[in-house]
Amino acid sequence: MEGLLLIGTIIVKIIAIILVLLLSVAYITFLERKVMSYMQSRIGPNRIGPLGLLQPIADVIKLLNKEIIFPEASNRYLFIVAPIISLGTALAAWAVIPFDKTAVLANINAGVLFVLALSSLGVYGILIAGWASNSKYAMFGALRAAAQSISYEISMGFALVGVMMAAGSLNFQTIVQAQAGGILHWYWLPLFPLFMVYWISGVAETNRAPFDVAEGESELVAGFHVEYSGAMFALFFLAEYANMVLISALIAVMFLGGWLSPFQGVPYLESFFAFVPGFVWLLIKLSFFLFCYLWFRATFPRYRYDQIMRLGWKVLLPVTIVWIGAVAMAVHFNIGPWFA
Amino acid sequence: MRRLFQYIKDFSFWDLLTGLGLTGRYFFKRKVTVQYPEEKTPMSPRFRGIHALRRYSNGEERCIACKLCEAVCPALAITIDAAPREDGSRRTTLYDIDLFKCVYCGLCEEACPVDAIVLTRNHDYHFENRGENILTKEKLLAIGDKYEKQIAADRAEEEKYR
Repeated sequence: MEGLLLIGTIIVKIIAIILVLLLSVAYITFLERKVMSYMQSRIGPNRIGPLGLLQPIADVIKLLNKEIIFPEASNRYLFIVAPIISLGTALAAWAVIPFDKTAVLANINAGVLFVLALSSLGVYGILIAGWASNSKYAMFGALRAAAQSISYEISMGFALVGVMMAAGSLNFQTIVQAQAGGILHWYWLPLFPLFMVYWISGVAETNRAPFDVAEGESELVAGFHVEYSGAMFALFFLAEYANMVLISALIAVMFLGGWLSPFQGVPYLESFFAFVPGFVWLLIKLSFFLFCYLWFRATFPRYRYDQIMRLGWKVLLPVTIVWIGAVAMAVHFNIGPWFA
Repeated sequence: MRRLFQYIKDFSFWDLLTGLGLTGRYFFKRKVTVQYPEEKTPMSPRFRGIHALRRYSNGEERCIACKLCEAVCPALAITIDAAPREDGSRRTTLYDIDLFKCVYCGLCEEACPVDAIVLTRNHDYHFENRGENILTKEKLLAIGDKYEKQIAADRAEEEKYR
């Protein structure tokens, strides 16, 4: 009986997370169009519903009504599996993200490792999609995605090593708690280079502009998902945006103190903002990074492929390795205001 | 030394930040979109849209079938047949404009000695069936009757430049 209740509550929690996530993904697509058009002196979609707010709903209906086309020469089984892998891994990683002091679906000890594992698995969705389509553009997209993910996962992982050393734990709640004490105690300051590296590789890892060579609509039509249509294309779309939200949440949790209030330790403001629940702070931090995703897309032209590789291997990786050394020293000898 | 400065500039993301600053500024700028069917941009009285055949104020059609427009038309879009009417005056029996051929140059209007064929401001029209691209004499006269006020006003404004 108790076991059933436990499973029931877990399922309810899962559904709550996924529902909110999918809804926010739908509206991020809307926001993306709005933000980008505002940066281009346009006003964006505003016809469907008040202020165009029903636009994502209309898009969903359109996509679900479209025919799903299976290319003749494709591998049918892998063709279907690929979007499922993409979306599945993007959603599964949310299990370990802490929303508040107690609000986390699975407070496992190896949370960071779990997220790393799942984000690496997500590449298989893209790879398999490109391979199973049996189309040259999809294949190119998949190959680029593979090379890019391998390159950036290394610096991404190394950036996390710095966080783990500083917090002394792989558990997300412990990492958040270790940053307690206001804005200046969050890890973005002592680990600033790692913060930047993780941010940049996060953008690259989700295949977003300016690192979107895997899609590269101006050179590869649509990259790995050229052959997908209708609902299956929608799954890839969902996965991409869910990954964006996930990476934003991870940056917020690991470098900006997750659900911690930024006014901790500030005498007057701390009690004034005490009523704000933790997940609101997380949401604010997360939204900032999401906005930056859209901002980057509206600003930067796409990197050339060799430039992406050079940035990953010759700039980000050395920077992380040097700073990991510095952090290791600081932690071991208890240096500075942060690791004392 | 210059390399050192270059390194400092690169690692401070200076170039990227200026780019972000530019798009960030534009984010708050006034938007220039014109909401088309509800709002329209100002239009010149010389605008060359769909054609029309005009009438005199007593209802008599202006066209005298001189065929100057047919002759001047660079796209050969105008076809005219003429015959004397019962009262003996020379009139067209056929006046067709093929809108698929027409390039909206306005030379027919320039050539017309009696200001019969004109190009109106109306530019948002469409066809729903084959053959509707041919504007017959009746259609042209109907368009002229419908927009006569606008056409006359536009001609009056342009009078001093002609």
